[in-house]
Amino acid sequence: MSTTPLLSMHASDWLQLFLQYLSLSLLSIGGAISTAPEMHRYLVEETRWLTESQFTASIAIAQAAPGPNILFVALMGWHVGINTSSIAMGLFGVLVTMVGIMLPSTTLTYLAAQWGHRNRNLRGVRAFKQGMAPIVIALLVATGWVLTSVHNDAAKDWPLWLLTAASALVIWRTRLHLLWMLGAGAVLGWFGFV
Amino acid sequence: MDSSATQDRPRPQSLSDLFISFTLLALQGFGGVLAIVQHELVEKKRWMTREEFVEEWAVAQIMPGPNVVNLSLMIGARYFGLPGALAALAGMLTIPLVIVLLLTFVYAQFADRPGLAGALRGMGAVAAGLITAAGLRLLTTLKTNPLGLPVSIALALACFAAIALLRWPLLYVLPSLGGVAFVIAYRKVKP
Repeated sequence: MSTTPLLSMHASDWLQLFLQYLSLSLLSIGGAISTAPEMHRYLVEETRWLTESQFTASIAIAQAAPGPNILFVALMGWHVGINTSSIAMGLFGVLVTMVGIMLPSTTLTYLAAQWGHRNRNLRGVRAFKQGMAPIVIALLVATGWVLTSVHNDAAKDWPLWLLTAASALVIWRTRLHLLWMLGAGAVLGWFGFV
Repeated sequence: MDSSATQDRPRPQSLSDLFISFTLLALQGFGGVLAIVQHELVEKKRWMTREEFVEEWAVAQIMPGPNVVNLSLMIGARYFGLPGALAALAGMLTIPLVIVLLLTFVYAQFADRPGLAGALRGMGAVAAGLITAAGLRLLTTLKTNPLGLPVSIALALACFAAIALLRWPLLYVLPSLGGVAFVIAYRKVKP
Protein backbone atom coordinates (compact mmCIF):
# COMPACT_ATOMS: atom_id res chain seq x y z
CA MET A 1 0.00 0.00 0.00
CA SER A 2 1.26 3.48 -0.73
CA THR A 3 2.32 5.82 2.04
CA THR A 4 -0.53 7.19 4.09
CA PRO A 5 -0.62 10.93 4.64
CA LEU A 6 -1.04 12.12 8.20
CA LEU A 7 -3.89 14.55 7.99
CA SER A 8 -4.84 17.31 10.31
CA MET A 9 -8.52 18.01 9.95
CA HIS A 10 -10.34 20.81 11.67
CA ALA A 11 -13.96 20.80 12.69
CA SER A 12 -14.72 22.81 9.57
CA ASP A 13 -13.15 20.09 7.41
CA TRP A 14 -15.35 17.45 9.03
CA LEU A 15 -18.33 19.69 8.44
CA GLN A 16 -17.30 20.03 4.79
CA LEU A 17 -17.07 16.25 4.52
CA PHE A 18 -20.48 15.87 6.12
CA LEU A 19 -22.08 18.44 3.82
CA GLN A 20 -20.43 16.80 0.80
CA TYR A 21 -22.02 13.48 1.70
CA LEU A 22 -25.37 15.08 2.47
CA SER A 23 -25.47 16.51 -1.05
CA LEU A 24 -24.14 13.30 -2.62
CA SER A 25 -26.95 11.45 -0.86
CA LEU A 26 -29.55 13.42 -2.79
CA LEU A 27 -27.64 12.80 -6.04
CA SER A 28 -27.19 9.09 -5.51
CA ILE A 29 -30.05 8.03 -7.75
CA GLY A 30 -29.34 4.52 -8.96
CA GLY A 31 -27.35 3.70 -5.84
CA ALA A 32 -24.58 5.42 -3.95
CA ILE A 33 -21.97 3.68 -6.09
CA SER A 34 -23.01 5.97 -8.96
CA THR A 35 -21.57 8.88 -6.97
CA ALA A 36 -18.23 7.09 -6.55
CA PRO A 37 -16.62 9.13 -9.36
CA GLU A 38 -17.62 12.29 -7.52
CA MET A 39 -16.28 10.91 -4.23
CA HIS A 40 -13.03 10.10 -5.98
CA ARG A 41 -12.78 13.61 -7.41
CA TYR A 42 -13.45 15.15 -4.01
CA LEU A 43 -11.56 12.86 -1.61
CA VAL A 44 -8.57 11.86 -3.72
CA GLU A 45 -8.05 14.59 -6.29
CA GLU A 46 -9.30 17.76 -4.60
CA THR A 47 -8.77 17.41 -0.83
CA ARG A 48 -6.30 14.50 -0.86
CA TRP A 49 -7.86 13.13 2.32
CA LEU A 50 -7.64 9.61 0.86
CA THR A 51 -4.95 7.89 -1.13
CA GLU A 52 -5.76 6.18 -4.39
CA SER A 53 -5.24 2.75 -2.84
CA GLN A 54 -7.43 3.54 0.18
CA PHE A 55 -10.19 4.64 -2.15
CA THR A 56 -9.96 1.47 -4.21
CA ALA A 57 -9.66 -0.72 -1.10
CA SER A 58 -12.81 0.84 0.38
CA ILE A 59 -14.83 -0.17 -2.64
CA ALA A 60 -13.19 -3.56 -3.07
CA ILE A 61 -13.59 -4.61 0.59
CA ALA A 62 -17.22 -3.49 0.71
CA GLN A 63 -17.89 -5.40 -2.51
CA ALA A 64 -16.18 -8.50 -1.19
CA ALA A 65 -17.88 -8.45 2.20
CA PRO A 66 -21.49 -9.49 2.76
CA GLY A 67 -24.05 -6.74 3.03
CA PRO A 68 -25.13 -3.75 1.01
CA ASN A 69 -22.39 -2.13 -1.02
CA ILE A 70 -23.23 1.27 0.51
CA LEU A 71 -20.81 0.30 3.28
CA PHE A 72 -17.96 1.43 1.01
CA VAL A 73 -18.99 4.91 2.16
CA ALA A 74 -18.41 3.91 5.77
CA LEU A 75 -14.96 2.64 4.82
CA MET A 76 -14.08 5.92 3.14
CA GLY A 77 -15.03 7.75 6.34
CA TRP A 78 -13.04 5.21 8.31
CA HIS A 79 -9.94 5.80 6.20
CA VAL A 80 -10.22 9.58 6.39
CA GLY A 81 -10.51 9.24 10.18
CA ILE A 82 -7.52 6.96 10.66
CA ASN A 83 -5.50 9.16 8.31
CA THR A 84 -5.87 11.92 10.90
CA SER A 85 -4.92 9.85 13.92
CA SER A 86 -6.71 6.98 15.56
CA ILE A 87 -9.30 4.25 15.51
CA ALA A 88 -11.65 6.51 17.46
CA MET A 89 -11.42 9.09 14.69
CA GLY A 90 -11.95 6.30 12.19
CA LEU A 91 -15.25 5.46 13.88
CA PHE A 92 -16.10 9.15 13.91
CA GLY A 93 -15.42 9.24 10.18
CA VAL A 94 -17.79 6.30 9.69
CA LEU A 95 -20.46 8.20 11.57
CA VAL A 96 -19.95 11.40 9.54
CA THR A 97 -20.03 9.77 6.11
CA MET A 98 -22.75 7.21 6.86
CA VAL A 99 -25.17 9.65 8.49
CA GLY A 100 -24.39 12.09 5.69
CA ILE A 101 -25.06 9.62 2.89
CA MET A 102 -28.10 8.02 4.55
CA LEU A 103 -30.09 10.77 6.24
CA PRO A 104 -31.37 12.77 3.25
CA SER A 105 -32.01 9.80 0.97
CA THR A 106 -33.77 7.62 3.54
CA THR A 107 -35.95 10.51 4.75
CA LEU A 108 -36.86 11.39 1.21
CA THR A 109 -37.47 7.77 0.24
CA TYR A 110 -39.71 7.22 3.22
CA LEU A 111 -41.83 10.26 2.41
CA ALA A 112 -41.80 9.72 -1.35
CA ALA A 113 -42.67 6.02 -1.07
CA GLN A 114 -45.90 6.91 0.70
CA TRP A 115 -46.66 9.71 -1.74
CA GLY A 116 -45.57 7.84 -4.84
CA HIS A 117 -47.65 4.83 -3.94
CA ARG A 118 -50.77 6.98 -3.81
CA ASN A 119 -49.91 8.78 -7.07
CA ARG A 120 -48.24 6.10 -9.12
CA ASN A 121 -50.36 6.80 -12.21
CA LEU A 122 -49.49 10.47 -12.29
CA ARG A 123 -47.89 11.61 -15.53
CA GLY A 124 -45.00 13.37 -13.78
CA VAL A 125 -44.17 10.32 -11.66
CA ARG A 126 -43.96 8.09 -14.70
CA ALA A 127 -42.00 10.65 -16.72
CA PHE A 128 -39.42 11.03 -13.96
CA LYS A 129 -39.09 7.28 -13.43
CA GLN A 130 -38.65 6.47 -17.10
CA GLY A 131 -36.74 9.56 -18.14
CA MET A 132 -34.03 8.88 -15.57
CA ALA A 133 -33.46 5.30 -16.74
CA PRO A 134 -30.80 5.92 -19.43
CA ILE A 135 -28.89 8.30 -17.17
CA VAL A 136 -28.88 5.95 -14.20
CA ILE A 137 -27.72 3.09 -16.39
CA ALA A 138 -24.94 5.15 -17.97
CA LEU A 139 -23.78 6.16 -14.50
CA LEU A 140 -23.18 2.52 -13.58
CA VAL A 141 -21.06 1.95 -16.67
CA ALA A 142 -19.20 5.23 -16.07
CA THR A 143 -18.42 4.11 -12.52
CA GLY A 144 -16.81 0.93 -13.83
CA TRP A 145 -14.82 3.04 -16.28
CA VAL A 146 -13.57 5.47 -13.63
CA LEU A 147 -12.54 2.65 -11.30
CA THR A 148 -10.58 1.01 -14.11
CA SER A 149 -8.95 4.13 -15.50
CA VAL A 150 -7.22 5.01 -12.20
CA HIS A 151 -4.84 2.29 -13.33
CA ASN A 152 -3.59 4.20 -16.36
CA ASP A 153 -0.20 2.66 -17.06
CA ALA A 154 -0.98 0.64 -20.16
CA ALA A 155 2.22 -1.39 -20.12
CA LYS A 156 1.74 -2.51 -16.51
CA ASP A 157 -2.02 -2.39 -16.08
CA TRP A 158 -3.34 -4.11 -19.19
CA PRO A 159 -3.95 -7.44 -17.41
CA LEU A 160 -6.09 -5.53 -14.91
CA TRP A 161 -8.16 -3.99 -17.69
CA LEU A 162 -8.54 -7.42 -19.22
CA LEU A 163 -9.76 -8.81 -15.88
CA THR A 164 -12.31 -5.99 -15.52
CA ALA A 165 -13.57 -6.49 -19.06
CA ALA A 166 -13.71 -10.26 -18.62
CA SER A 167 -15.60 -10.08 -15.33
CA ALA A 168 -18.05 -7.54 -16.74
CA LEU A 169 -18.66 -9.87 -19.67
CA VAL A 170 -19.03 -13.00 -17.53
CA ILE A 171 -21.44 -11.39 -15.05
CA TRP A 172 -23.40 -9.72 -17.83
CA ARG A 173 -23.81 -12.87 -19.86
CA THR A 174 -23.94 -15.69 -17.30
CA ARG A 175 -25.60 -16.44 -13.97
CA LEU A 176 -22.32 -17.26 -12.24
CA HIS A 177 -22.30 -16.24 -8.58
CA LEU A 178 -20.43 -12.97 -8.05
CA LEU A 179 -18.35 -14.60 -5.32
CA TRP A 180 -16.57 -16.80 -7.84
CA MET A 181 -15.48 -13.79 -9.86
CA LEU A 182 -14.31 -11.89 -6.79
CA GLY A 183 -12.44 -14.97 -5.61
CA ALA A 184 -10.80 -15.38 -9.01
CA GLY A 185 -9.75 -11.72 -8.93
CA ALA A 186 -8.25 -12.17 -5.46
CA VAL A 187 -6.29 -15.27 -6.49
CA LEU A 188 -5.00 -13.71 -9.70
CA GLY A 189 -3.97 -10.60 -7.75
CA TRP A 190 -2.37 -12.54 -4.91
CA PHE A 191 -0.05 -14.37 -7.29
CA GLY A 192 0.74 -11.17 -9.18
CA PHE A 193 -0.93 -12.00 -12.47
CA VAL A 194 -2.83 -8.72 -12.60
CA MET B 1 -54.80 -2.26 -0.64
CA ASP B 2 -52.15 -2.81 1.97
CA SER B 3 -54.20 -3.44 5.09
CA SER B 4 -56.77 -5.76 3.56
CA ALA B 5 -54.48 -7.65 1.19
CA THR B 6 -51.75 -8.39 3.68
CA GLN B 7 -53.98 -9.77 6.40
CA ASP B 8 -54.23 -13.36 5.20
CA ARG B 9 -50.60 -13.55 4.18
CA PRO B 10 -47.43 -14.30 6.05
CA ARG B 11 -45.91 -11.14 7.43
CA PRO B 12 -43.17 -10.16 9.84
CA GLN B 13 -44.34 -10.84 13.37
CA SER B 14 -42.57 -8.01 15.14
CA LEU B 15 -39.89 -5.38 14.85
CA SER B 16 -37.26 -7.85 16.01
CA ASP B 17 -38.47 -10.31 13.37
CA LEU B 18 -37.89 -7.58 10.78
CA PHE B 19 -34.47 -6.73 12.18
CA ILE B 20 -33.31 -10.35 12.26
CA SER B 21 -34.74 -11.13 8.83
CA PHE B 22 -32.96 -8.22 7.21
CA THR B 23 -29.73 -8.95 9.04
CA LEU B 24 -29.79 -12.49 7.64
CA LEU B 25 -30.59 -11.19 4.15
CA ALA B 26 -27.69 -8.76 4.28
CA LEU B 27 -25.25 -11.41 5.49
CA GLN B 28 -26.06 -13.68 2.55
CA GLY B 29 -25.51 -10.96 -0.01
CA PHE B 30 -21.95 -10.96 -1.26
CA GLY B 31 -21.53 -8.34 -3.97
CA GLY B 32 -25.19 -7.33 -3.91
CA VAL B 33 -28.19 -8.06 -1.74
CA LEU B 34 -31.09 -7.50 -4.13
CA ALA B 35 -31.29 -11.02 -5.52
CA ILE B 36 -31.30 -12.42 -1.98
CA VAL B 37 -34.06 -10.04 -0.87
CA GLN B 38 -36.24 -11.04 -3.80
CA HIS B 39 -35.66 -14.74 -3.28
CA GLU B 40 -36.15 -14.80 0.48
CA LEU B 41 -38.98 -12.32 0.97
CA VAL B 42 -41.02 -13.14 -2.13
CA GLU B 43 -40.34 -16.79 -2.93
CA LYS B 44 -39.70 -18.21 0.53
CA LYS B 45 -41.27 -16.04 3.22
CA ARG B 46 -44.02 -14.80 0.87
CA TRP B 47 -44.34 -11.45 2.56
CA MET B 48 -44.95 -9.88 -0.86
CA THR B 49 -46.07 -10.96 -4.31
CA ARG B 50 -43.70 -10.59 -7.24
CA GLU B 51 -45.83 -7.77 -8.59
CA GLU B 52 -45.64 -5.87 -5.31
CA PHE B 53 -41.91 -6.46 -5.20
CA VAL B 54 -41.36 -5.01 -8.67
CA GLU B 55 -43.52 -2.02 -7.81
CA GLU B 56 -41.55 -1.23 -4.66
CA TRP B 57 -38.26 -1.87 -6.40
CA ALA B 58 -39.08 0.70 -9.08
CA VAL B 59 -39.58 3.35 -6.44
CA ALA B 60 -36.51 2.25 -4.47
CA GLN B 61 -34.49 2.57 -7.63
CA ILE B 62 -35.54 6.04 -8.68
CA MET B 63 -35.10 7.49 -5.22
CA PRO B 64 -31.65 8.69 -4.22
CA GLY B 65 -29.73 6.44 -1.87
CA PRO B 66 -28.69 2.80 -1.97
CA ASN B 67 -31.46 0.88 -3.72
CA VAL B 68 -31.46 -2.16 -1.49
CA VAL B 69 -31.45 -0.01 1.64
CA ASN B 70 -34.35 2.03 0.25
CA LEU B 71 -36.21 -1.16 -0.53
CA SER B 72 -35.69 -2.52 3.01
CA LEU B 73 -36.92 0.74 4.43
CA MET B 74 -40.05 0.65 2.32
CA ILE B 75 -40.83 -2.97 3.16
CA GLY B 76 -40.34 -2.29 6.87
CA ALA B 77 -42.58 0.76 6.66
CA ARG B 78 -45.30 -1.27 4.98
CA TYR B 79 -45.84 -3.39 8.05
CA PHE B 80 -44.91 -1.24 11.02
CA GLY B 81 -44.67 2.34 9.75
CA LEU B 82 -41.67 4.37 10.76
CA PRO B 83 -40.46 1.94 13.47
CA GLY B 84 -40.59 -0.85 10.89
CA ALA B 85 -38.58 1.22 8.43
CA LEU B 86 -35.92 1.86 11.06
CA ALA B 87 -35.81 -1.79 12.17
CA ALA B 88 -35.30 -3.01 8.60
CA LEU B 89 -32.68 -0.33 7.99
CA ALA B 90 -30.80 -1.22 11.17
CA GLY B 91 -30.92 -4.91 10.27
CA MET B 92 -29.51 -4.24 6.82
CA LEU B 93 -26.61 -2.14 8.09
CA THR B 94 -25.54 -2.89 11.66
CA ILE B 95 -23.89 -6.31 11.57
CA PRO B 96 -22.53 -5.90 8.02
CA LEU B 97 -20.93 -2.62 9.10
CA VAL B 98 -19.15 -4.36 11.98
CA ILE B 99 -17.95 -7.11 9.62
CA VAL B 100 -16.69 -4.73 6.97
CA LEU B 101 -14.77 -2.69 9.59
CA LEU B 102 -13.20 -5.86 10.99
CA LEU B 103 -12.15 -6.87 7.49
CA THR B 104 -10.61 -3.46 6.90
CA PHE B 105 -8.81 -3.69 10.21
CA VAL B 106 -7.40 -7.09 9.32
CA TYR B 107 -6.48 -5.77 5.92
CA ALA B 108 -4.59 -2.83 7.46
CA GLN B 109 -2.55 -5.18 9.67
CA PHE B 110 -1.40 -7.20 6.69
CA ALA B 111 -1.36 -4.40 4.16
CA ASP B 112 2.39 -4.65 3.56
CA ARG B 113 2.18 -8.21 2.34
CA PRO B 114 2.45 -7.94 -1.43
CA GLY B 115 0.02 -10.80 -1.97
CA LEU B 116 -2.76 -9.03 -0.10
CA ALA B 117 -2.33 -5.76 -1.94
CA GLY B 118 -2.38 -7.76 -5.17
CA ALA B 119 -5.51 -9.63 -4.11
CA LEU B 120 -7.30 -6.36 -3.37
CA ARG B 121 -6.10 -4.98 -6.70
CA GLY B 122 -7.54 -8.03 -8.45
CA MET B 123 -10.81 -7.82 -6.53
CA GLY B 124 -11.03 -4.11 -7.30
CA ALA B 125 -10.73 -4.88 -11.00
CA VAL B 126 -13.49 -7.48 -10.72
CA ALA B 127 -15.66 -5.06 -8.69
CA ALA B 128 -15.32 -2.51 -11.49
CA GLY B 129 -16.43 -5.22 -13.89
CA LEU B 130 -19.46 -6.10 -11.74
CA ILE B 131 -20.66 -2.51 -11.69
CA THR B 132 -20.18 -2.25 -15.42
CA ALA B 133 -22.07 -5.49 -15.94
CA ALA B 134 -25.00 -4.21 -13.87
CA GLY B 135 -25.20 -1.21 -16.19
CA LEU B 136 -24.87 -3.32 -19.34
CA ARG B 137 -27.56 -5.71 -18.16
CA LEU B 138 -30.00 -2.86 -17.61
CA LEU B 139 -29.36 -1.42 -21.08
CA THR B 140 -31.96 -3.81 -22.51
CA THR B 141 -34.68 -2.04 -20.51
CA LEU B 142 -34.12 1.04 -22.68
CA LYS B 143 -35.75 -0.75 -25.61
CA THR B 144 -39.17 -0.27 -24.07
CA ASN B 145 -38.49 3.17 -22.63
CA PRO B 146 -41.03 5.79 -23.79
CA LEU B 147 -38.13 8.11 -24.61
CA GLY B 148 -37.44 5.93 -27.63
CA LEU B 149 -34.19 4.10 -28.24
CA PRO B 150 -32.30 6.92 -30.07
CA VAL B 151 -33.04 9.51 -27.37
CA SER B 152 -32.24 7.00 -24.61
CA ILE B 153 -28.90 6.15 -26.20
CA ALA B 154 -28.06 9.81 -26.75
CA LEU B 155 -28.77 10.60 -23.08
CA ALA B 156 -26.80 7.58 -21.89
CA LEU B 157 -23.81 8.46 -24.07
CA ALA B 158 -23.90 12.11 -22.98
CA CYS B 159 -23.95 11.04 -19.33
CA PHE B 160 -21.12 8.55 -19.82
CA ALA B 161 -18.97 11.12 -21.67
CA ALA B 162 -19.54 13.82 -19.05
CA ILE B 163 -18.77 11.59 -16.05
CA ALA B 164 -16.25 9.04 -17.33
CA LEU B 165 -14.34 10.97 -19.99
CA LEU B 166 -14.67 14.66 -19.10
CA ARG B 167 -14.89 14.00 -15.32
CA TRP B 168 -17.42 16.73 -14.75
CA PRO B 169 -18.96 16.87 -11.27
CA LEU B 170 -22.15 14.85 -10.91
CA LEU B 171 -23.70 17.84 -9.16
CA TYR B 172 -24.03 19.61 -12.53
CA VAL B 173 -24.39 16.65 -14.84
CA LEU B 174 -27.28 14.91 -13.09
CA PRO B 175 -29.71 17.84 -12.72
CA SER B 176 -29.08 19.16 -16.24
CA LEU B 177 -29.29 15.84 -18.09
CA GLY B 178 -32.05 14.67 -15.76
CA GLY B 179 -34.02 17.84 -16.46
CA VAL B 180 -33.76 17.32 -20.21
CA ALA B 181 -34.74 13.66 -19.85
CA PHE B 182 -37.74 14.53 -17.67
CA VAL B 183 -39.07 17.12 -20.13
CA ILE B 184 -38.76 14.74 -23.08
CA ALA B 185 -40.28 11.86 -21.13
CA TYR B 186 -43.12 14.02 -19.86
CA ARG B 187 -44.11 14.84 -23.43
CA LYS B 188 -43.93 11.19 -24.51
CA VAL B 189 -45.75 9.34 -21.73
CA LYS B 190 -49.51 9.27 -22.02
CA PRO B 191 -51.22 11.84 -19.84
